[in-house]
Amino acid sequence: MKRFALAGNPNSGKTTLFNCLTGSTAHVGNWPGVTVDKKEGVYKNKTIKEPISIIDLPGIYSLSPYTPEEVISRNFILDEKPDAVINIVDATNLERNLYLTTQLLEMDVPIVIALNMSDALRKSKKEIDAKALSETLGVPVVSISALRQENIHELMKVAYEASLSSRKATTVLKGSKIAHLIKDVEIAFKGIKIDNPLFHSIKLIEKDEIEVKNHPDLLGIIEEFKSTFKDDTFGDDLEAVVADERYKYISKNCSKTLKVNQTGVKPEKNKDKSNLSLSDKIDRILTNKWAGIPIFIAILAIVFHLVFSEDFLFLNAGHVFDAVTFEGTPYEGLFANGGISSPGVILFNFFDMSFGYITDAIRLGLESINTQAWAVGLICDGIISGLFAVLGFLPQILLLFLAFSILEDSGYMARVAFILDRIFRKFGLSGRSFMPMIMGFGCSIPAMINTRTLADEKERTATIRVIPFFSCGAKLPILTAIAGGIAIKFGFAYPDVITLSMYLLGMATAIVAVIIMRNTTMRGKVAPFIMELPAYHVPQFKGLMIHLWDKTKHFVKKAFTIILVSNILVWVLSHFAFNWQYLEDSQVGDSILAGISKLFQPIFTPLGFGSQLSGAGWVFVAAVVAGLIAKENVVSLFAVLAAVIAGSGEVGEAESVVVLIQSTGITAQGLIAFIAFNMLTIPCFAAVATAKAELPKGKLKWTLLFWIVTSFAVSIMIYVIGTWLWTIPIFVVVIAAIIVGIYLFRKKVDRQGAI
Amino acid sequence: MLKTLDKFKIGEKGVITHVGGEGRLRRRLFDMGVTPGAEVFLRKKAPLGDPMEVHIRGYELTLRKTEACLVTLIVSEDDQGGLQ
Repeated sequence: MKRFALAGNPNSGKTTLFNCLTGSTAHVGNWPGVTVDKKEGVYKNKTIKEPISIIDLPGIYSLSPYTPEEVISRNFILDEKPDAVINIVDATNLERNLYLTTQLLEMDVPIVIALNMSDALRKSKKEIDAKALSETLGVPVVSISALRQENIHELMKVAYEASLSSRKATTVLKGSKIAHLIKDVEIAFKGIKIDNPLFHSIKLIEKDEIEVKNHPDLLGIIEEFKSTFKDDTFGDDLEAVVADERYKYISKNCSKTLKVNQTGVKPEKNKDKSNLSLSDKIDRILTNKWAGIPIFIAILAIVFHLVFSEDFLFLNAGHVFDAVTFEGTPYEGLFANGGISSPGVILFNFFDMSFGYITDAIRLGLESINTQAWAVGLICDGIISGLFAVLGFLPQILLLFLAFSILEDSGYMARVAFILDRIFRKFGLSGRSFMPMIMGFGCSIPAMINTRTLADEKERTATIRVIPFFSCGAKLPILTAIAGGIAIKFGFAYPDVITLSMYLLGMATAIVAVIIMRNTTMRGKVAPFIMELPAYHVPQFKGLMIHLWDKTKHFVKKAFTIILVSNILVWVLSHFAFNWQYLEDSQVGDSILAGISKLFQPIFTPLGFGSQLSGAGWVFVAAVVAGLIAKENVVSLFAVLAAVIAGSGEVGEAESVVVLIQSTGITAQGLIAFIAFNMLTIPCFAAVATAKAELPKGKLKWTLLFWIVTSFAVSIMIYVIGTWLWTIPIFVVVIAAIIVGIYLFRKKVDRQGAI
Repeated sequence: MLKTLDKFKIGEKGVITHVGGEGRLRRRLFDMGVTPGAEVFLRKKAPLGDPMEVHIRGYELTLRKTEACLVTLIVSEDDQGGLQ
C-alpha cells in the first residue's frame, strides 16, 4: 500500500484534511501543536486504483531539530521514505507556510502542495494563482478547502500521479551566494552515499545539531568557505543567511502569485488598519488590558457552574424563588434539589435515576427465577451498580470536555497562554505549559503527551509531574460524590463550592510544587515563549463531535474492561474470607479486602481516614488502592460497599458516601483530606505508564516519590489544621524551615556553580 | 532610527535589521519568520505588560520582552508615536 505523509504548519487545517480523507477520529484543535503523535488512516476512493495509507505528521514550522515534533516529522520523511508528501499550506498565510515548503523541497520525495482555506481567501476577495505557484516551485499545487471538502479527491489524484515517479530534490537557495558551498557539501554527502544529500548539506551549513553530531568530518568544508566569505549584513553567520534567503525567495517569487487589489507583499491584512477583522475585534475584548484576566476567570467559573452546580440560577442563594423546587412533583430530584439544577446535574440525575430503575428491574428478575443469593449480589451490587456509578458521571465529564474543546478550538486557549504567561513565568514555567495543565482537567494522558510542545526538558518534567494535580475527569466522581455526601450529611447547601475549591487546591499545589522544583531539582532558565496566535474561528461542530465521541468510547471502554474487572475483584475480595468462604453482606468486616486494608490503615491515620475510623473505616484505604487501577474505582467501590453495608441494593453516589459517613464516623475534614489525597497521589496506572514514556530516563521513580510525598503532606495539613486550628503555628514554622532550606540549598549550588 | 522590539510602543511599526541571540532561541525566531527585512507591527501587549503580540509576515506572533530585546528594527520617523 502506498503511503502519503501530511506535513504542514500548526493550524493549517492538516488534521481537518486528515479527518476528511480517512474518516478517522483524529483530534482537531486550534492550538499550535495539538497533533503531537503521527496518526495513520486509510484513504479509499474509486478514482484511485489502490487504497492509500495517510500519515498525519505533527504540525511544524520548520525542520530544525529543536522540538520533538520537528524531529518526528523530519525523521519520518527521511527514514520511512513515504511515497509522497502532501504539504498543506494555509493560503491566508502564504509567506510563513511556504518557509516549511522550501525545506521539504530539499528532500528527494514527490511533493504536492495543498493550498488550503481557498474559500476563506476568496471571501476576502483574494486569489492565489495555483498554476503560477506550481511553476515557480516545480511541484503540483492544488487549491482545496479541507473544511468544505472541496477538491479533496482531486488533490489525492494529483498526489497519486506524483507518487508514481520519483522527484529530485531542489532548493530555492540555488541562486544564492552560498549556492557553491551547498553544491560542494552535497557532493561530499553523495561521496559517503547518504540519501537526501541536498537536505543534509543545507542543514549542516545551518549548523543543525543533528547534522553536526553525525557528520563532524564534513564541517571542514564549511569552515574553509566561511574564512573567505563575508556577507554585508550577516558576516559569516550562515544560519541567518539561509533563513533570510528562504524568506527572500518566497517574498520575491511566491507572494506575487497572490492576486490582491492593492500592491504589497503582505498576503493577509493589507487593508487599512482601521478596518479591523472580526478576529481582531474579539481579541480586543478578550485580551483587553483590564478585562482580559477577569473574563478568563469568569469563563472558567461559568463552565464549572454549568456542569456542576445544583443551584444553577442562584435561586437558593437569594431565597427568592423557594417555590420553584418542583417539590412533590415527579421532577423533584431530577431538575431541582433545593435550587434549579444546572444542565450537567440534570443529565447526571437523569442517568442516575434510569440506572436505578434498571438495577431494580434486573434484581427482581433474577430473584423471580430463584437465582442464588451470592450470584444476585455479584451481578447487581458487584457488576451493575459499580459500572453504573462510573457511567453516571459520563455526562458531566463530556460536558466539561465539550466546554474545553470549544475554548481550544476557537483559538481562545492560545490567548489564555498569552494572558497568563507573565504569571507563569514567575513560577518558572511559560504560558505554553498552561495548555497541557488545562487539558489535565479532562485526562492526564493526552495532557502529558501534549507537553511535547514544550521545548525545555526541565520545564516538561516539572509540568508532567503536576498535571495529575489538575483533577481529571475520572477524579471528578470522587469530588462530586463526597461533596454531595458532605452536603447531605453536614447540611451544606453548595457542594459545587467544595468541588471548585478542591480544583483550586489542586492548582495551588501544582504552583507551589513547580516553584519548589524549579528552585531545587529542576532549575534552569525559563524557556522562550515564541508562539503563533491563531485567528479566532467558530469551532467546527463535526470536529467537536469527533472529539467527544472519542472521549466517550475511551471512557466506556475503560468502564467495561479494567473497571469491570476490578469491580468484580473488589466484590469477590469483600465477599470472601481468607479461607475462601462466602460471606454474607453483614460480615464484610471479615473479608480479604478488609484484612488487607486494615494492614495499611495506620499509615493514613494522620490524614483523618486511618485507624481512628470505626466499623468499615478501612473502605477509604481500600478505595485509595483501587484508585490506582483507575480513579473511577474509588466511587464505584463506595457504591459497592455502601450497598453491602446498607443491605439495600443500589445506592446513589452521594448517598453511598452518607452511608459510609454514618458507619465509619469520618469527619468532614477527613473526607476533604481524602479527596485531596486521591487528587494528588499517584494517578491511575494508565497515566503512570504515559508519564514513564514522556519523562526523561530515570525520572519516573522520583516522580512517583514526588506524588506520594505531596499527597501525604497536603492531606495531613488539611486534616490536622482543619481539625485543630491551633496547629497552624507549627505548620508555619515547618514551612518557613523548608523555605529557608531551599534558599540555602540554592545558595550552596550557586556557589558551587561559580567555582 | 534603530530600536529593539521590546522598546516599541503599541501601534509602532518597523523593519528588522538584526536578530541577536544564539542557538535554538535564534533558530526559533528565524523559523517563525523573524528575519532581517521583515516588517513588524506591535499590535498589543498582554494585560500584565508582557508578553507582546506583533503582526509579522501576515500572522500574529507572541513573544516576551526578553526575546523581543534581541530583535533590532529600523523605525521610520513618521511611524513613531503609537496609535494614531
